[in-house]
Amino acid sequence: MNGIISSTALWFASRATGIVALVLLTVVLVLGIAVNRHGRLPGLPRFAVTSLHRAVSLLAVAFVAVHVTTALADPFVSIGIAATVLPFASHYQPFWLGLGAVSIDLMIALTVTSLLRARIGRRTWRAVHWLGYVSWPVAFAHSIGSGPDLWHGGLLDLAIVCAVAIAAALGWRIIGTRRENPLAQRAAQVLASWPGSGPGHRRDHPAAPRNRGAGQFRAGGRHDDQFRDDQFRDGDLRPKAGAR
Amino acid sequence: MTVDHMTGPRPAGQRSAGQRSARPRAPGHRSARQARPQAPAGLPRLIPADAVPDSSLDAHLARLGPLPYPPSAGALIGVAEAAGLTGRGGAGFPVHRKLTAVVQAGRRPVVVGNGAEGEPASSKDGSLLWLAPHLVLDGLQLVASAAGATRALLYVHRDAALIAYLSQALQRRFAAGTDRARVELVEAPDRFLAGEESALVNVINGETARPQFKRPPVYERGVGGRPTLVQNVETLAHLALIARFGADWFRAAGTSAEPGSMLCTVHRADGGRHVVEAELGAPIRSLVRLGGVQAVLCGGYHGAWLDPEHAARLSLANASLRPAGSFAGAGVLAELPADRCGLAETARVARYLALESAGQCGPCFNGLPRMAGALADLAGPRPGGQVITDVRRWAGLVEGRGACHHPDGFVRFVRSALAVFGPEIGRHARGQCSATDRRPFLPVPAAAAAEADWS
Amino acid sequence: MPRIMVNPVACSGHGVCAELLPELITLDEWGYPLVDDAPVPRALDGQARRAVRDCPALALLLTGGRDSR
Repeated sequence: MNGIISSTALWFASRATGIVALVLLTVVLVLGIAVNRHGRLPGLPRFAVTSLHRAVSLLAVAFVAVHVTTALADPFVSIGIAATVLPFASHYQPFWLGLGAVSIDLMIALTVTSLLRARIGRRTWRAVHWLGYVSWPVAFAHSIGSGPDLWHGGLLDLAIVCAVAIAAALGWRIIGTRRENPLAQRAAQVLASWPGSGPGHRRDHPAAPRNRGAGQFRAGGRHDDQFRDDQFRDGDLRPKAGAR
Repeated sequence: MTVDHMTGPRPAGQRSAGQRSARPRAPGHRSARQARPQAPAGLPRLIPADAVPDSSLDAHLARLGPLPYPPSAGALIGVAEAAGLTGRGGAGFPVHRKLTAVVQAGRRPVVVGNGAEGEPASSKDGSLLWLAPHLVLDGLQLVASAAGATRALLYVHRDAALIAYLSQALQRRFAAGTDRARVELVEAPDRFLAGEESALVNVINGETARPQFKRPPVYERGVGGRPTLVQNVETLAHLALIARFGADWFRAAGTSAEPGSMLCTVHRADGGRHVVEAELGAPIRSLVRLGGVQAVLCGGYHGAWLDPEHAARLSLANASLRPAGSFAGAGVLAELPADRCGLAETARVARYLALESAGQCGPCFNGLPRMAGALADLAGPRPGGQVITDVRRWAGLVEGRGACHHPDGFVRFVRSALAVFGPEIGRHARGQCSATDRRPFLPVPAAAAAEADWS
Repeated sequence: MPRIMVNPVACSGHGVCAELLPELITLDEWGYPLVDDAPVPRALDGQARRAVRDCPALALLLTGGRDSR
């Protein structure tokens, strides 16, 4: 550069866009988990969660692009272009920047497969999309390792808030998944909650027994196929005393 | 259980269409040296009345002669089409069209004989495999040759004795050099849906016995990603006879629209269970005793209850049964004794069917258990009212919205119960039940309880 | 003529499709899509494609295209 854009300005831009990118990636992962958990943003339609997840991820890509470009352009540190995607190939801070390269590789995979999702098929897309859970910790580690800004003050608080948000979202994901019935239990769970569910429960009812169970049903022992006829007397179906 | 042959008593003056004595045809390519075995005249065709389990080839060859093959795809498709053979696994799909689809898929296919028989009330496939295994295996070789498959599989109920027996039969064939395609035996888990075409493919591919979304269809991508032909074992047996004796011989039984014969499992009111071979178009009353019977279940647990007076006018053919809300299916017929409660039986079966849902499709695993619960209520001393309205709404909601036809069959079964046992529902609402015998009648096994049950 | 189809095995009842294409898709009492299987009118082509694209489970399909699909 011929001094028009000073090294300091580039360095500042790189750090700033990096921090914004980290916040955006945090938001993307939380929104992604919200989609998976059928979550809703209050007052917004369901498609808002999916649309925001998509929009914010594209925005994050844009910020990462600027973050990388300004870092490359900065003459103060020498980072070859190859090092942006090849891990640990830079001379400057090879390890922490290497994590950044890994993070970018993962982002490229996620973005490309998501843009081509309809063409590559469900299974392939899902398999690659799981990498999202890997890309955030890698990006976070890169940020902490190569960004001393984040070690003090307000930006440290920001980093902590991001980490806490991710931890909470992960907890939501894990607990939610564990409470879901495996396929083999789903019909049994619905049957076990009869007649409690009644005709047509509201979809938004928190106790909706669809595929995430209240966890009440236990497989415990096979039911035999004996019809419960202990409530009958021949020719007269009025319940005996004490029957249900 | 006994195996009978039915020539079916008919009232004077009524003949089934096309009934005439069968004469063996002599196809031109057969060598004059070989003694020409007689084509089975009349019934039974598949399982002789004196059949016993025998894995050796001798009796089979003595009765029917060797299998004339290898047929080209065109030849087999042609003779299957001329014979009008349809699948005997329940869906009744024309065999020639399935064969054509698999051959046209372009890549080397895989063929599977389906003997899983997930329907608890059906024993015909098991009987056929024990009493005429070589007929089934002949049919499997026929389709393998015609389709150009080098890999053939026989998918059977998880039964160690049957597997050992069939292995022996396969060994004899290998020793005699009759088989060109290598046949593998695959065990099916004990699920109602295990015999469903895409569930079968899933099991063979190492997954659970759950149906799949049918795009692409199994005949394009199935076992190992290859085009896959799935045929019920009885269908293969018929094909093995058609290859020997010709399409005209096959058409000597049955009706012109629905030719041939089929195996039926008949449950008698006295508790006996029989496998019989009947020609299509035979009157239902020649297969089940309608006197003193409260209702007849026709078509198995995805079939329909029929009023005896109505059943008296129907025959074993889809043309007759479908307008009545039933279908021939895999030939399961049951007489419900007058002293049982039809609603209780329906509720028991419905509960089993609901629990046998694969749990994949929202409408199915939500709707079927609710309907089953409602039927349990109707079988008890409660006013029907709102419950019936709910059942009808749910029935409308689940039909056609699953990956397989389990919800559709369930709905057919339940709707027929509401119709045929309507008066009984009224009685129950008033606290009365016309049944005096509370013992379960229809065979209902323990349903799936855990994920491990699906593999 | 293009038609909307649901892969019922993949569908887990997110309900995004019903919001994006209410003219053709409603939700049943359990949150699963009830799809009108009539051909998609030309005016709704864009919305239908968006609904297919935005289904989180990739459970919605458009079959038999006007364009090559």
